[in-house]
Amino acid sequence: MNRHTHPSMSGWTILLLSLLGVLAASSLEAADPNVFNRLMRAAPKHNLPPAEDGIHDPEGEGAALLQAPREAFVNLPKDKAGNYVNWVRALEEGKISPRFDRLDPKAEPVVMNLDIVREVKGSMPDVVYPHKQHTEWLDCSNCHPAIFQPQKGANQISMAAILLGEKCGVCHGKVAFPVSAQTCRRCHSKPKGKVAAAAKQGKTPAKGSN
Amino acid sequence: MSGKHNKTFIVRIVGVPLLAMLLVPGLFTSHSAYAEYGDVVINNFAEKEGMPPVVFPHWFHRIRFRCKVCHADLGFKFKAGGTGINMLKIIDGHYCGACHNGEIAWSVENCNLCHSGKPGTPTQVHGSTLQKLVVPAAQPTGKK
Repeated sequence: MNRHTHPSMSGWTILLLSLLGVLAASSLEAADPNVFNRLMRAAPKHNLPPAEDGIHDPEGEGAALLQAPREAFVNLPKDKAGNYVNWVRALEEGKISPRFDRLDPKAEPVVMNLDIVREVKGSMPDVVYPHKQHTEWLDCSNCHPAIFQPQKGANQISMAAILLGEKCGVCHGKVAFPVSAQTCRRCHSKPKGKVAAAAKQGKTPAKGSN
Repeated sequence: MSGKHNKTFIVRIVGVPLLAMLLVPGLFTSHSAYAEYGDVVINNFAEKEGMPPVVFPHWFHRIRFRCKVCHADLGFKFKAGGTGINMLKIIDGHYCGACHNGEIAWSVENCNLCHSGKPGTPTQVHGSTLQKLVVPAAQPTGKK
């Protein structure tokens, strides 16, 4: 007898449960060891206001008063990772004008225009490290000599070290653009053949001047 | 649909995710925070002293100052919590206090603008690559 009552209520119940099921779809995937993740989960939301960002206390004064990143980023050039802001372009295009000195708004950075080419072991294109973009933001002493010895061939760098927050990873992966599938080629930007050809002609990999 | 099938359906729809939620809690917490890339939570001393943790927004500051100002001139380390800042240093004009003195930026009486973190949030750089690795990496052993 009891069983016959189920079909009558099942319409709404199934609708409700299907909704629950959809909501729990990700957990179902997690439970099935053989599920094929053809589609990765949607990227987490970004540039959320403090009250919704998960690390500010939504009840606190700060969350109510602090600026939301999206507000500040509205006129800045976009990027595909990190803050979703291309900070280097923002500076180049004069969209932001961060001070180089705490007190003196007119202080200018000592920009050094020297590209360092690092030949990499694997199949990836060689790395070109531009001093120019870095010295727009930083002082020599920020990197030299603690993180990088200012001497060719003296620095062992690996992607593993970078991912663990060492070498380039001291900034890249924390505040500067992170290591992601969208950003590999920003550093690995020089096709291999050209370096080999340059070496044959007796040129050093480092080019440019102060 | 028979009641028996319906019951199985209910068990499958509700039970499996429930079981999954119980068994793999990590999967449901990993994306719980969406804070801005580069936001640093500093909780060396704050909560031990009864204040909420500090949230430092890198993005806000880099719009106004280049990295060099804080990391070369003011002596901030490139490591979350690595500078060992406390309120005494700040009111003496060091670190945050070099600007947050009522002259360049608002002063220390605005406690809750910095101490704005969710209780229990540990010291970290939010959104860092280290946090995103699927297998949690052992902390680097100090070799440079």
